[in-house]
Amino acid sequence: MSALRNATAFAAALLASTAIAQAETLTIATVNNSDMIIMQKLSPQWEEATGNKLDWIVLEENVLRQRVTVDIAAGGGQFDIITIGAYEAPIWGANGWLTPLDDLGEDYDYDDIYETVRAGLSADGSLYAVPFYAESSFTFYRQDLVDAAGIELPEEQMTYDQFRDIVAQLHDPDNGVFGTCQRGKAGWGENMAFVGPLVNAFGGRWFDMDWQPQLESDAWKNAINYYVDLMNNYGPPGASANGHNENRALFADGKCATWVDATSAAGFIFNPNESTVADKTNFTQAPKQVTDKGTGWFWAWALAIPESSKKVEAAKDFLKWSTSKEYVKLVGESEGWVAAPPGTRMSTYENEMYVSAAPFAETVETSILAANPADATLEPVPYTGVQFVAIPEFQGIGNFVGQQISAALAGQQSVDEALSNSQAFAVREMTKAGYIK
Amino acid sequence: MARAVSTRRKTSFTVAAWAVSFLIFFPILWTFLTGFKTEGEAIASPPSFLFFDWNLSAYEAVNQRSDYPKHFFNSVIISFGSTALGLLIAIPAAWAMAFVPAKHTKDILMWMLSTKMLPPVGVLIPIFLIFRDTGLLDTRTGLVIVLTLINLPIIIWMLFTYFREIPGEVLEAARMDGASLRNEILYVLTPMAVPGIASTLLLNVILAWNEAFWTLNLTAADAAPLTAFIAAFSSPEGLFYAKLSAASTMAIAPIVILGWFSQKQLVRGMTFGAVK
Repeated sequence: MSALRNATAFAAALLASTAIAQAETLTIATVNNSDMIIMQKLSPQWEEATGNKLDWIVLEENVLRQRVTVDIAAGGGQFDIITIGAYEAPIWGANGWLTPLDDLGEDYDYDDIYETVRAGLSADGSLYAVPFYAESSFTFYRQDLVDAAGIELPEEQMTYDQFRDIVAQLHDPDNGVFGTCQRGKAGWGENMAFVGPLVNAFGGRWFDMDWQPQLESDAWKNAINYYVDLMNNYGPPGASANGHNENRALFADGKCATWVDATSAAGFIFNPNESTVADKTNFTQAPKQVTDKGTGWFWAWALAIPESSKKVEAAKDFLKWSTSKEYVKLVGESEGWVAAPPGTRMSTYENEMYVSAAPFAETVETSILAANPADATLEPVPYTGVQFVAIPEFQGIGNFVGQQISAALAGQQSVDEALSNSQAFAVREMTKAGYIK
Repeated sequence: MARAVSTRRKTSFTVAAWAVSFLIFFPILWTFLTGFKTEGEAIASPPSFLFFDWNLSAYEAVNQRSDYPKHFFNSVIISFGSTALGLLIAIPAAWAMAFVPAKHTKDILMWMLSTKMLPPVGVLIPIFLIFRDTGLLDTRTGLVIVLTLINLPIIIWMLFTYFREIPGEVLEAARMDGASLRNEILYVLTPMAVPGIASTLLLNVILAWNEAFWTLNLTAADAAPLTAFIAAFSSPEGLFYAKLSAASTMAIAPIVILGWFSQKQLVRGMTFGAVK
């Protein structure tokens, strides 16, 4: 009897020790941006609390996308947590590549996450990725230059025509200030992120309800001609090589009077340690033209768990921790409130500490609430997405069209040629993929 | 008079050689310098060449955020491992092709070279699946195998060219003296071809060290070499050129130093045929 008792006690001890030994090591693949660097810095707190460990793999965005796509499509199972964007989340979720994340518990407070953000990361009614930051786009402008020129900015959302008039008045290259800086570097996530909402504003769309590409429509022609003229007349030289980073540096250096770009850059522009125009910058919504629909983009970086991960429970626990209200508070208190992850949770924008540290908070919130991926165009479309089309084929088409428009901006071809090449390419790709006969 | 012309020619050749070397070396120099700038200075226009506030902030950031020794160790194992394994296979193969050619040896040599014309991404999925099923994903063993296979055609070709320069009679003489095949290759052929083998070894270590397609696609946390270390410092948002340059400098420094010390061997190997 005593032997039995001993054996039972031993078995119990063994079980307990395996429970302790079951602490998991999770592999997390992510992009390199300031929010993720902060998360990497704070994550030892989660590791200490749970006994689990994290192996961080930080990769450049395009390398990450390629690496993760191969792994997830082939079921490599190398990653337990991945960083994906608002473009991949619904597509990969619908493909069954991701673990649904609807069961993180009551205390996670799903309703606190903006509905547009949740919708952008869901497929078939299930949430497949949880956001650690979300952004829209808006207009940064130099208040000091506007005041000096005696310009009255319209109270309401201005049109692109009004925007061009203001840009023209602020353009002063002799004193090193260009009227406007916009993205020109080719890529669906670079110049097309600006061009997409611009085309929406001019009343254009990528595809009609029968998936026929619409790239030679009047709306596209007007929008791209406007863009090329604007940049040639009032942009910095060599604008076709400038992406988000280059323009961000130019604006922070005081070289641009206006810039329509990511709301998430506001924290950088308003940080006096990194920007020379922190106290001279103001912001307003991105301009409209024939419509105000889809004029600010929507993007989110989010964390997801591949279906092939074998450590789902521990991974869910980390996701819950790193995208919770408590985490936002932790960042605010340890890194300064201006660095808190923006755009995801209503509670962040209700927090007075954040609102007073981030003067742009309210405009960012308005822009994010206005960006509706499900209704971003004047005419009806069969897809969702503001600056992208949420289908797998878009990446290739978007990159090609981006290259054509960048070449038109560089003066290597006309706008008509760029759009006719783009249309031909889009028709070919969509036919190949079976959308059109 | 003739002497004066020759001096002038010599000088102009020297100047031209220096100019070309500087041109080739400039990107590395620029990367090295940028690593000591702040992020703001790294993108300043016009750029400052030497007169900027030299500091180590980029190196500090890089060291704080990643595990350089781990990546370095992986790079060493993968590049030297794949080269050693490659030489083990290639020396006998090149011997056979150089000294006992068969009817189709030339065709085989051409075919081997043709495999280098295939874009790697074309075989990514099959290799990934094989690795997944054999548990080789994210292992150094897996990478050693893949890089050996990828560089094998080059190793065999290089050794074949060197071996062909060695007179077959020397090997025949060894055979006449009763040397076995193993002894012939180990004690007669290999010592004679040392400069050639050394330069092949170095070139392949460099190729494997710099390989950035397979090493990125087949690794995750454990086996990732320095290529993955560099890839971590390019960012979609925010400035990163100083950090990226610091990481690149740290990644290429060992191989540049190795190349520096062994350049005599390298040059001797490259000009092996010509000086004989």
